[in-house]
Amino acid sequence: MSTPLPFYQTGTFAVGGRLLDEDDRAVQSDPERSNAITKGHRACQGCGEALGARVVLDAALRAADGRLVAANATGCLEVFSTPYPESSWRLPWIHSLFANAPAVATGVAAALRAKGRTDIRVVGQGGDGGTVDIGFACLSGMFERGDDVLYVCYDNQGYMNTGVQRSGATPPAARTATTEPLGGHSGNSFGQGKSAPLIAMAHEIPYVATATVADLRDLEQKVTRAMSFHGPRYIHVLVPCPLGWGSATGETILIARLAKESGLFPVFEAVEGRITSVARIRHKVAVEEYLRRQKRFAHLFAGDGRPDVLARLQTLANRNIERYGLLDDADEPTDIGLLDALATSERGPV
Amino acid sequence: MSDTRPFAITLDVGSSLANRTGDWRTERPQYVRRLPPCNHGCPAGEDIQAWLYEAESGGGGYERAWRKLVADNPLPAVMGRVCFHPCETACNRAQLDEAVGINSVERFLGDEAISAGWELPEPHAVTGKRVLVVGSGPSGLSVAYQLALRGHHVTIREQAPKPGGMMRYGIPAYRLPRDVLDAEIERILALGVQLECGERVGDLRAAMREGAYDATFLAVGAHVAKHTEIPGGTASHVLDAIAMLHGLEEGEPPQIGRTVVVYGGGDTALDAARSAKRLGASAPLIIYRRTREQMPAHATELAEAEQEGITFRWLSTIAGVDGGELKIERMELDENGFPQPTGEYERLSADTVVLALGQDADLELLGGLDGIEIVDHTVAVDEQMMTGYPGVFAGGDMVPAERMVAVAIGHGRRAARCIDGWLRDVPARPEPQAELAAFEEINPWYYSDAPRTVRPLLEEIRRQSTFEEVVKGLDEASALYEARRCLSCGNCFSCDNCFGVCPDNAVLKPGGAGAPYAFDLDYCKGCGICVTECPCGAIEMIPEET
Repeated sequence: MSTPLPFYQTGTFAVGGRLLDEDDRAVQSDPERSNAITKGHRACQGCGEALGARVVLDAALRAADGRLVAANATGCLEVFSTPYPESSWRLPWIHSLFANAPAVATGVAAALRAKGRTDIRVVGQGGDGGTVDIGFACLSGMFERGDDVLYVCYDNQGYMNTGVQRSGATPPAARTATTEPLGGHSGNSFGQGKSAPLIAMAHEIPYVATATVADLRDLEQKVTRAMSFHGPRYIHVLVPCPLGWGSATGETILIARLAKESGLFPVFEAVEGRITSVARIRHKVAVEEYLRRQKRFAHLFAGDGRPDVLARLQTLANRNIERYGLLDDADEPTDIGLLDALATSERGPV
Repeated sequence: MSDTRPFAITLDVGSSLANRTGDWRTERPQYVRRLPPCNHGCPAGEDIQAWLYEAESGGGGYERAWRKLVADNPLPAVMGRVCFHPCETACNRAQLDEAVGINSVERFLGDEAISAGWELPEPHAVTGKRVLVVGSGPSGLSVAYQLALRGHHVTIREQAPKPGGMMRYGIPAYRLPRDVLDAEIERILALGVQLECGERVGDLRAAMREGAYDATFLAVGAHVAKHTEIPGGTASHVLDAIAMLHGLEEGEPPQIGRTVVVYGGGDTALDAARSAKRLGASAPLIIYRRTREQMPAHATELAEAEQEGITFRWLSTIAGVDGGELKIERMELDENGFPQPTGEYERLSADTVVLALGQDADLELLGGLDGIEIVDHTVAVDEQMMTGYPGVFAGGDMVPAERMVAVAIGHGRRAARCIDGWLRDVPARPEPQAELAAFEEINPWYYSDAPRTVRPLLEEIRRQSTFEEVVKGLDEASALYEARRCLSCGNCFSCDNCFGVCPDNAVLKPGGAGAPYAFDLDYCKGCGICVTECPCGAIEMIPEET
């Protein structure tokens, strides 16, 4: 009997596994991992961002042999990790302002270069508010100048730290403190949106990727790959926020998985402005399965519900599935250049 | 500068480790061991998930797996062939793709043990207690094995010339080769169990007194064929299935003709028909008074019989035998699903009729024992497996239960605990049962998709004339693959997921055997992500005490 062997119970879906060789296990399965953010941080229960940041930085630290500096924008990640004079960070870490994290990272990289310490790498990071809205000019400048920084956006789709206000990354129909579903309005409006990954691709930088906390191995691999390039790189990580999204604290990863499996959040990577691979949908779900688990979409299901809004959200997911080739029978998207993507772009990743 | 304080701050720098976020918690996670459905479904009481876990490692894991297996069942190579595997029916993986081929892995381990010569564990210190076991079928062997391990002296009396009971005299060799059976029995006897074959116990009371036994386990099985009144059926070409199979084993093949009809719907009927085919009958016909769905025979055996060319006539009874002809009456199901006669007859030529209408136990040996209760030709036992006569226990086909090898082995295992308790005057307590690991506890996302490997069947043409084994075993690679399909329901299999997904680094990995992870409750906020993302349902949340 010809059986493809070895077969592993969970293959690479789980973080590690006693049957796997050390090399095949995720960084997160290593008891000696860096734990870039240590215990005692004040993130909410079930915080996707705390998990995402640890995974990203632990992988980056491994790739950089532990020689890494992080510049952080204002936001949840900064506030919950570093209430003066306490810190959870176990790597050199600098915070300045909400808007300038990419510029600070650029400055750190320049200073290190001036000192001849090219062995030390630099990461800039922030939430979607600090990245997609407030720090966007600095980010674009960092891309355009070709600075040697990996910038990571932890996208929880709103200003969660200040009380759940809308950001440029908030999806349509979501309730936030500034997009209350009142008087016939169904939460955040359907607009053009702002896809930071596609905009990053438009800068033709060496490497752009999206990921979620539902697939830690994929996220680690993208960080590791990004660290193998020099120049500006950008990774956009979906990190569900139980507080702002109104989801169960234990379902953070499940929600992220449903975002990807529904097609609402396409997971891909791009080199030099062209998409080179996508994470295929494994068990396709309707957007409703994703939305129903979040109170920020509860108004879509109250009373008679809003099937019209649901249909528009499903259309967005379907467009992503088609555009990025997210289903198994789809053609490889290797020939999707940025212009093709932009040509059909009404809205990027939700 | 002697001041080591960092630039421009007035307070000393501290780590967030000072902040014990465990205080936030209202619920806490804890690791649990739930009862996997396979174990719940196994009548022999095997810890299937545990031995599959060892087998998953391959290499030295096979022997560790076999050792866990034989702790409950000393006949894995036999069971890996003849068991109707209710474990697989219960398997959660069936709801994903297909059940894990537990039975074929069991057989692989059993065969590995025989070829590698692995030996059963050393018995405990001798207790000096003596136990008589009447009958050497699966329950008798099972109880003898378990009692011998506990240091008791066991004597088995068997009336047949060879040990094994129905495994030898009921199950044909094409399903269970005799060298396999002999090897596994031999291994039990090597523990010091005394076997006396050709010794019928006619008077239990006398036998117990003469041998000065402290306890007895009855396992005489059910070997007496049931009969039905068939007009004209006293003619010599009517024989019963159990005698036919017994004769085959003794080297006295029954005289059968070309056209054989078997009457009955159980596994014995199928065994008789398939044996008749091998003895030269052209296309044995099974007549059964109910429908195919109501047949008590097991589906796998039925399918194999059909492949071999056995034919069936459902909803029919034999109303009479007349020379070379049978009078068949068509039946109809009434509204309660019971077959009722219709008065419509037809004639069918047949030169041999084999009756397979079930068997009863021969309970003659119980004469003179007070307090033993007989229910429907079987012996009633209490929850300690003891009959109404103190010190006399019973199991297997002679007590009220489903009649299959796995059940008998389970009876032996249970009875051994109870007999041991009786001998030590400390009644055995029921084994604790964990909460069932239902499919809802599993997070199926994490398991790789993998179809089941199927054991190769002996080519059909060869099965028609020989008693060679029909179902072959898995090779090592396929057995390993099959073992790794196990979801490990309700029991941690060290995938590191909880360790990797905790946003608060509150899962520790001390790496000890059996308990690879622990919660750091000083920092665990009780979010529950580890519970949701545990693939196998081995973590639960419990309310925090306030």
